[in-house]
Amino acid sequence: MIEALALNKRFGAVTAVNDVSFVARDGAITGLVGPNGAGKSTTLRMLYTVLRPDAGSARIDGIDVTEDAIGARGRLGVLPHAAGLYPNLTGRENIRYFGALHGLDPAALEARVDELVRLLDLATVADRRAKGFSQGERVKVAIARALVHAPRNLILDEPTNGLDVMSIRTLRELLRQLREAGTCILFSSHVMQEVSALCDTAIIIGHGRVLAQGTLDVVRSQAGAENLEDAFVALLARAPEIP
Amino acid sequence: MRGLRVVFLKEILENIRDRRTLWSALLFAPLFGPLMFAGMISLILNKSVKESDEALMLPVAGASNAPHLVGFLESMHVTVQRVDYDDQSARRAIRDGKERLILIIPANYGERLTSAVPAPVYLYADGSNSNNSKYANQARQTLGAYGRIIAVTRLQIRGINPALVSPIVVQDIDVSTPAGRALLVLGMMTYFVMFAMLMGGLYLTIDATAGERERGSLEALLTTPIGRDVLIYGKILAACFYMLVSLAISLAAFSICLRFVPLEQLGMTTNFGPLVAFKMLLVAAPFVLLGASLMTVVASFTRSYREAQSWLTFVLLVPTMPVVFAGLLSVRPSLKLMALPSMSQHLLMTSLLRDESLPLDYLLVSVVSTLFFGVILAWIAGRLYRREAILG
Repeated sequence: MIEALALNKRFGAVTAVNDVSFVARDGAITGLVGPNGAGKSTTLRMLYTVLRPDAGSARIDGIDVTEDAIGARGRLGVLPHAAGLYPNLTGRENIRYFGALHGLDPAALEARVDELVRLLDLATVADRRAKGFSQGERVKVAIARALVHAPRNLILDEPTNGLDVMSIRTLRELLRQLREAGTCILFSSHVMQEVSALCDTAIIIGHGRVLAQGTLDVVRSQAGAENLEDAFVALLARAPEIP
Repeated sequence: MRGLRVVFLKEILENIRDRRTLWSALLFAPLFGPLMFAGMISLILNKSVKESDEALMLPVAGASNAPHLVGFLESMHVTVQRVDYDDQSARRAIRDGKERLILIIPANYGERLTSAVPAPVYLYADGSNSNNSKYANQARQTLGAYGRIIAVTRLQIRGINPALVSPIVVQDIDVSTPAGRALLVLGMMTYFVMFAMLMGGLYLTIDATAGERERGSLEALLTTPIGRDVLIYGKILAACFYMLVSLAISLAAFSICLRFVPLEQLGMTTNFGPLVAFKMLLVAAPFVLLGASLMTVVASFTRSYREAQSWLTFVLLVPTMPVVFAGLLSVRPSLKLMALPSMSQHLLMTSLLRDESLPLDYLLVSVVSTLFFGVILAWIAGRLYRREAILG
């Protein structure tokens, strides 16, 4: 479970995140939706402990991210916005490196890497150096890297960026399987169809604030709109700018 | 400990695959120094040998007036060119640069010589040209030697001890030791060694800091349950590993290269067997941690790979400082200087090359102080990685 408790973050004079609170439950897919620059990535970065909140806090499975950042990170799988690979390592070695950092023992790690190569359809890139990967291949390896330690909580920052239709379908299927297995999945997107297709709960973010949150039906009714996209546009139009 | 090991091994593996790192760490930097050094010394040797052996070319006018003198000159390896100049044309030829030197032997030379009155010969040269005055001196010395031979013969014929006319004899005694003369050259050698060592870790350091940020792999790395300081310590240790390898290769290359350079001809002792090379490795090794940490700290402040590259070029100047100072101020090893990293390595390595004994306390101070600064810098690097700004 991922909990954001009144998170605040400023960069100089700009308030990037303003009192953001929400809960992403286990066994559910939660979508963080908002336009570019709404504060999605900054919020996620505080959750996965790369940034420190100016005020407020966050908990991963009850572990406070500021008090025990390493403990919190151990329960997280993360696909950051910039998900670069090591160009001189093969796909398999890139995944293995993160498994080793998470403390998996060698035998279990090999089995897990093989499993991920199968699940994410990575056979063609597993033993090639990452130098020549396409954008889609890179993202898929980075997702595998985030999943290598079978985390209970998964944070994905715009995971479908650069993926083709087939890869998106593979990813969706994988996320549904993980949800069935009880994983807490939080992902950000600015693509409404993506969120509609996948999410149980949506959190609409604009100007660094939470504008609405709940099941898709709740969000639609809050905005008085037919579909999620209209709801999103209506909510954003109503939201006051932060001075 | 696990994190440290995993990061260390991954950086080692990744950089073995990077041709540029491998090239600079294990080939270019360690071999550049010894080859250049050997080339330079060979050049110096060739030049000095050539200059001293070069026969003096002396245009002589009126050679037929003094066949004995000309015969003597030729026996002294002077190439005599028989020319036809008078006073006027000789001056013009020198001024126009047609000739460097002209010796004119006047027609009354033989007559004056036999009647034992000073017989003038005229040596024309341009004294304002220092290069030519060297040749004029050589000619003057050779002519003087001829004059002395005749003088000694005249005295002996008259039954006078020739030693009587030499009341004072100046004897030059050069007290510079062969090893001392070699000081500057040796200083350059320790520079090449330190340079090669730093080069060994240069690309790994840039890649592990600015490179990782620029590629976008840093953020993912920071989400693993390993402390940020541990991550950077692992990277520093990997850089240390490559630096040690470069250092070892560089010293081995020097040891082998210098075997083929006739250093004795320069009056230098070649005290550079495997044992000395190994001792130098031990003396220089503590600097590895300091160098790797320093490069990491500097690279942490930069925003891109390119920027890191240009800043680290300055870091490569660090080992030149002691060479310059030691050369300018003729610094001798002292206990205080042993506390100064890079300077102490330079002085200790130079001492080893000169076959001087190393006091144990000097070694101890050098090792402890260098490691101390290294640990401090590694700690600073760890602190820098805790900042949010590290993500750029």
